[in-house]
Amino acid sequence: MRVAAPVVASLLTLIVGSIFFASLGHDPLPTLYAFFIEPLNSLNGLSEWLLKASPLILIACGLAVGFRANVWNIGAEGQFTMGAIAASGVGLFWPNPDSVLLLPLMFIAGMGAGMAWAAIPAFLRARMNTNEILVTLMMTYIATLFLSYLVHGPWRDPAGFNYPQTALLPTAALFASFDPAYRLNPSIFITVVAVLLMWLFTDRSFLGYKMSVSGAAPLAARYAGFRESAAVWIGLLAGGAAAGIAGMAEAAGPLGQLSPQISPGYGFAAIIVAFIGRLNAFGIVLGGLLMSLLFLGGEGVQMTLGLPSALTRIFQGILLFFLLAADFFIFYRIRLIRPARDTHALETA
Amino acid sequence: MDLFIAIFTGTIIAATPLIFAALGELVVEKSGVLNLGIEGMMLMGAALAFWAVTAGYSMPAAILAGALAGAAASLLFGVLALTFLTNQYAAGLALAIFGSGVSAFLGRGFGSEPIEALHGVDFPVLSGLPLIGPLLFRFDPMVYLALAMFVAISWFLYRTKAGLVLRTIGESPQTSHAIGYPVIRIRYMAVLFGGAMAGLAGAYLSVAYTPLWVENMTAGKGWIALALVVFATWRPLRILLGAWLFGGMTILQLQGQALGLEVPSELLSALPYLATIIVLVLISRNRQMLALHFPASLAKPFRPAS
Repeated sequence: MRVAAPVVASLLTLIVGSIFFASLGHDPLPTLYAFFIEPLNSLNGLSEWLLKASPLILIACGLAVGFRANVWNIGAEGQFTMGAIAASGVGLFWPNPDSVLLLPLMFIAGMGAGMAWAAIPAFLRARMNTNEILVTLMMTYIATLFLSYLVHGPWRDPAGFNYPQTALLPTAALFASFDPAYRLNPSIFITVVAVLLMWLFTDRSFLGYKMSVSGAAPLAARYAGFRESAAVWIGLLAGGAAAGIAGMAEAAGPLGQLSPQISPGYGFAAIIVAFIGRLNAFGIVLGGLLMSLLFLGGEGVQMTLGLPSALTRIFQGILLFFLLAADFFIFYRIRLIRPARDTHALETA
Repeated sequence: MDLFIAIFTGTIIAATPLIFAALGELVVEKSGVLNLGIEGMMLMGAALAFWAVTAGYSMPAAILAGALAGAAASLLFGVLALTFLTNQYAAGLALAIFGSGVSAFLGRGFGSEPIEALHGVDFPVLSGLPLIGPLLFRFDPMVYLALAMFVAISWFLYRTKAGLVLRTIGESPQTSHAIGYPVIRIRYMAVLFGGAMAGLAGAYLSVAYTPLWVENMTAGKGWIALALVVFATWRPLRILLGAWLFGGMTILQLQGQALGLEVPSELLSALPYLATIIVLVLISRNRQMLALHFPASLAKPFRPAS
């Protein structure tokens, strides 16, 4: 039954989407086709689909570890940004730009920066009892401003005609595409490993079980002696590491350089992916593929039909609304209660 | 002296949207519901109010449209959180994302032209007074409305029976239900009121504070309002003080940028966010102080046992 909710929610989103398109004066069927089918109609489309799904799935896996323990890291966007910044810093300024060590170093830098950015809210929550939702979110704004500072100031490419962007990363700092015609690159294997790791952790490890208990029954967890602060640290660091790596893979993959806008909102969309995937590793894969399609479709209809790309965010929101509502019908049974007519009826009710 | 007046009035004005949004959220949270979607509701309010002005409606009508848009957006949250008993964190996040998308969608036709901003009021005699006039009596009506809302909400929460019932529901919905209060209905009203207040906050941004439309123009103010409620430890007066503190920070930072301080503008822009974190840490360290006015049932779904 738990599988039914995402499917039902997706279908309802499609229906609302059709009504929405119709009300805008677009024939719903061709528009839905342009939104959801056309992007996947070519090899390039499939490559883009996986390319965009990869960071979403990766980040959602990390976030779900925390969500299971009721640790609400909603600042993955900032951790992603810091990961991309640190990785690009290594790529740009490492003394030997041809070194084969460059990519592994960038990986470590990206992961480390993401974890460091998440460690601050983790410390504040574990030690100072500070709400991690607000802190992670505020830190996202700070990370975005820091990126803007770097690309407008010290890291601006001197040969870049004053555009706010860094120099291109050296070739050794980039993931080579599988095929030069398409952008999909081996960083997708990182995501595959992350999904397996997440599955092992949540479904096969005692620590993962303890985290789930902390989330589902905090009092029971405390009674059993599971430390809440451990759940906070692990939850936030897992999300930070995943988002940092995703940022690194984005910088060393499709981006190739930093600019003020490096993410179309992967960090926020990944929250929805985690929920669609029911905080479960394999569910997240499906959720990420669906969400990636929403991004692609949004771009597609923007180009072909002139519809605004904000549609992607609207659909994301609607999808999450329906998913949450669908849960209700799965976890509760609806019963009509008529007002009691006399005391006897009241007793038997 | 002029600089002082500019900083003082600027602070009050910058605090106004925060006051609206945070006071609204206070009422919602006092009823035991946590709506994280303020940012989304504010954006809806901002978009609708801006649209109403460009469509030729009067200023009051436009502001009302903003409030209604915020309330309508909050209804989505209310249905999920109150009727469908979903996780309130998730429902609020969904609203934040949805509102940002819908407002961007509506706003695509708005263009980048500024509109004529809401005028300041002209009190007879008072506005003409030297010093005191420009300091206190030349704001636009929304500023005074925000202060009036502060008085009204403080009075409502702590001096009326309805306010007491609302706070009781926030402490223990089970007890309130057992006594016979319609918990869900009252929570719905609180959520709608919070939505309307967030809508007013958004409307203030787009028709008075920066009278033009920019996608995602709230820039985190909805989240800062949320932080303000925690900062205020769920007490109205501290919300007012906190909002002024943040307003002051925003204005000092803008003044700093205008004076061309030898500091990167991004660092100055980051100050309000940094300050939010610092303030939250300082307040949250004291668990006792937080627990004192914290609505005990906050964010816990309630289902009346039949």
